[in-house]
Amino acid sequence: MSRSAAAAETVPVPRAGRLTATSPTILLGRVLGNAFLVLGVFLTAMPFVYMITASFKPGGELYSIPFSIWPKSLYLGNYELLFGQTSFVRWFANSVFVSLTRTVLAIFLALMAGYAFAKFDFRFKNVLFLLVLGTLTLPIYVLIVPLYDMMIQLDWIDSYWSLIIPFGAQAIGVFLARQHLLSIPNELLEAARIDGAGEWSIFQRIILPLATPVVAVMAILFFTASWRDYIWPLIVLTDDAKFTVSLGLPSLIGPYRQEYGAVMAGSFLSTVPIVAVFLVMQRRFIEGIMAGAVKG
Amino acid sequence: MQAESTLAGVRPARPRHLARTFTPYLFILPFFTIQAVFLLYPVVSALFLSFYQATGVGARKFIGLGNYVSLVQDPRYLHALLNTTEYALGSILILSPLALLIALAVRSFIVPSDNARSLYRLAYFMPQLTSFVVIALMFALVFDKDYGLLNNSLAGFGLPKIGWLRETSLAMPSVIMVSIWTFVGINSLYFLAGLQNIPHEINEAAAIDGAGRLQGFWYVTLPMLRPTLLFVIIQATIFSYQVFDLPYLLTGGGPSDASLTVVIYLYQAGFQQFKLGYAAAIGYSLGIISIVLSLIQLRVFRRWSEV
Repeated sequence: MSRSAAAAETVPVPRAGRLTATSPTILLGRVLGNAFLVLGVFLTAMPFVYMITASFKPGGELYSIPFSIWPKSLYLGNYELLFGQTSFVRWFANSVFVSLTRTVLAIFLALMAGYAFAKFDFRFKNVLFLLVLGTLTLPIYVLIVPLYDMMIQLDWIDSYWSLIIPFGAQAIGVFLARQHLLSIPNELLEAARIDGAGEWSIFQRIILPLATPVVAVMAILFFTASWRDYIWPLIVLTDDAKFTVSLGLPSLIGPYRQEYGAVMAGSFLSTVPIVAVFLVMQRRFIEGIMAGAVKG
Repeated sequence: MQAESTLAGVRPARPRHLARTFTPYLFILPFFTIQAVFLLYPVVSALFLSFYQATGVGARKFIGLGNYVSLVQDPRYLHALLNTTEYALGSILILSPLALLIALAVRSFIVPSDNARSLYRLAYFMPQLTSFVVIALMFALVFDKDYGLLNNSLAGFGLPKIGWLRETSLAMPSVIMVSIWTFVGINSLYFLAGLQNIPHEINEAAAIDGAGRLQGFWYVTLPMLRPTLLFVIIQATIFSYQVFDLPYLLTGGGPSDASLTVVIYLYQAGFQQFKLGYAAAIGYSLGIISIVLSLIQLRVFRRWSEV
């Protein structure tokens, strides 16, 4: 676009060449445009800055006038309270366990099904794949009431099973895995078969290693989705010790309790795992989150 | 693929072949088992449930379309639907154009270096690095009337202190603001991806034919972005109608139902009052709304492409 914009202005006077950054219109556009973009970045960043600084303020300072975003000193009491007097550590561990288990399960099932759809011909293949696509954007709210009823029947209320098993089948994962595995040459699989490899060992030794990129995308997508989940844990968990971080943090604010400093400290800490994953693999992360929009 | 191996003359012995025909089914079996038990079964079961008057305990009574008839006459449901529509409109009319504007600016001559461009992309992506729960908790403090960041910043411009989440007229707009803050970055990334797919030559050809920058945008860029626009708007609409976390944690749906959304109402009816049949009907109404809206949008965009 920058090239075309320059071209648009050069057409009438071809010999003048392309406009440079010193041209007043371009310069003004750049200054105003960047001011707009930087303002956007500033507005995006400020709530985060506020969350972090608030976590280092004692309660009295958080509610004091005149207002200052910066803490007077680095007060650690909120973190002490969070670790000492709440179940935060337990919630955090619960979230890690549930999110990891659910992610591994969903990736595994999606890869297996995606492999079948990409590399085999079988009866009802197209119908079954349409079924997968059809559930891509199905809102969970259509089925949430009977699903809750099932959890009661299975005695999975206040059990991690209710957070893991129902989310093991992710249609978006099958779709992504199939798209990726289509590119694996058939000759590779045929060669392995001629060498006498069983179907399962072909999956394990050829498909799994070649699927690494799509596994990374799915891992990010499923892990963040599980880490963020709120309404489902809210419905199926009642025992404080079983809470996930997302469910536990809001529970620190109630009619009898207003530990906003500790809540901000916990919010900050609960963001760390996702940021860590992001820093390790930025490109795949953005890809994963963008793919996630297709999922309900 | 089986045909291929036959041609090559390396067809495995009969038992192997039998194994091959079962193999794909074994690979899809675990996925479809969970899919059938925890998705398809409850979807069907919810439909039946929505035809019954069912509470947590006691007998279920078949009432046909009774729940749906009650729904369209239920002022709280209609109010929730109206609020949710307001939220969705905020997404479509404010968020999407803003995201497009950011994407256009980042792609244009305004940001000349690739490094600056990726820096902007990362910065706008930040809200995706946390949960809606954290975002809601953060903004509850930002919106605090006396001690919050927003009012104290606005005080610098001489503006009075406002109870953002406490006033019926402002609760929903405040939730919409948080939603825009949360989703503008990721949507501008979709637009950036869409813009990248437009070949430079097309814009250059338009420029050589004498199209100004605005004309080029209106007659070339925008029509070429149609698939991305469609995707972004449909996504925004469907997700908007499912909004729960942000309003529930910011306002609890209040004050006096000012920010009650369809899913908050579903949650209250189903999981606090245990009107299971009624809640199932609300869930189905949401599914129907999503399908109808996407179909309408598809049609509108198709017509636009014909013009």
